[in-house]
Amino acid sequence: MTLSRFISFAFATGLLLLGGCASKVPAYDYAAFQQAKPVSLLVMPPVNESPDIKATPAVWAQATRPLAEAGYYVLPVTLVDETFKQNGVSSAIEATDIPYTKLRDFFGADAAVYLRVTKYGTSYAVVASETRVEVAARIVDLRSGAALWEGNAAASSSEQQQQQQGGLIGLLVAAVVKQIVGTTTDASFNYAAIANARLLAAPRYNGVLPGPRSPNYGQAPAAQ
Amino acid sequence: MGRGGSQVTFAQWLCRLALGGCLVALVGCAAKGPGPLYMWESFPRQQYDTLLREGYSPDEQIRLLEAHAEKARAANAALPPGFRAHQGMLQLGAGNPDRARELWNSEKLAFPESAPYMDRLLKKLDAPASPAKTENPA
Repeated sequence: MTLSRFISFAFATGLLLLGGCASKVPAYDYAAFQQAKPVSLLVMPPVNESPDIKATPAVWAQATRPLAEAGYYVLPVTLVDETFKQNGVSSAIEATDIPYTKLRDFFGADAAVYLRVTKYGTSYAVVASETRVEVAARIVDLRSGAALWEGNAAASSSEQQQQQQGGLIGLLVAAVVKQIVGTTTDASFNYAAIANARLLAAPRYNGVLPGPRSPNYGQAPAAQ
Repeated sequence: MGRGGSQVTFAQWLCRLALGGCLVALVGCAAKGPGPLYMWESFPRQQYDTLLREGYSPDEQIRLLEAHAEKARAANAALPPGFRAHQGMLQLGAGNPDRARELWNSEKLAFPESAPYMDRLLKKLDAPASPAKTENPA
């Protein structure tokens, strides 16, 4: 009797602990996002805070897919790059300073996605090297200047071991990660895809809301 | 004994039912959710190569993207946003402004959201005073 009591007590404590974990992140306030209803997104050149100069083109090129699959029209980044260059804007930081009204006038997009790469590349250590990409994003309405959303995400090669413990889903994710990474030698470019998918794909809890071309458009924000 | 035997069979039957249920659940998981909206292939990689501006061949990329477009047509899959616009930029760089105009117009047709930007590019393409039009793709 005492043993079964102890077991149920332990079980209840476990549930409480799990519950505590689940409610750690408060839900994002989507009021501005839901009111703005952007249709087209201009992804700005990512500001690179890492030592690797390939971070900007890699994270920029990998941003279109998750946002387009989330249901938005994403302006072609290569042409946007060309337009900036022809107008004398040569760096991502310079582009960040352009007033939103001017961006709206030039590109006709509803909102701009500002990206910041805080980590990009492989650090080689004696025991184990790690490829890591970390990106932060901010979406601003180009018609009103209102801040619509922000978030950040990371992807790392060291996850492959950790995810083995995550049950079936964890194994599947690890397999996908391994497969993507196995296709080419430019590992960081592939981890940029994973980080960006975690950051910009929809629907995700506290993530970007699905856009008008998504079958999930107009639904309540994803539950935790 | 006959009774015991039928009980074993019942237990086996339960096991099979549970196993079958698990399989159905797994298949359900795998089949759940709509597929991707667009056929991506190596498009992000092509954009990356173009942005890097090093060691990439526009002619090779034009060939790759045309094969990609052909594959999408055959599979009745949609091409991603910006795909035709990017193709147009490459064609302009290769000295084919008419092909660029065609592709930018088809981007507009596939994605009306692109119209303001595509119109700006088309206007620039057709501007009478553009001496270096093959040099300035966008």
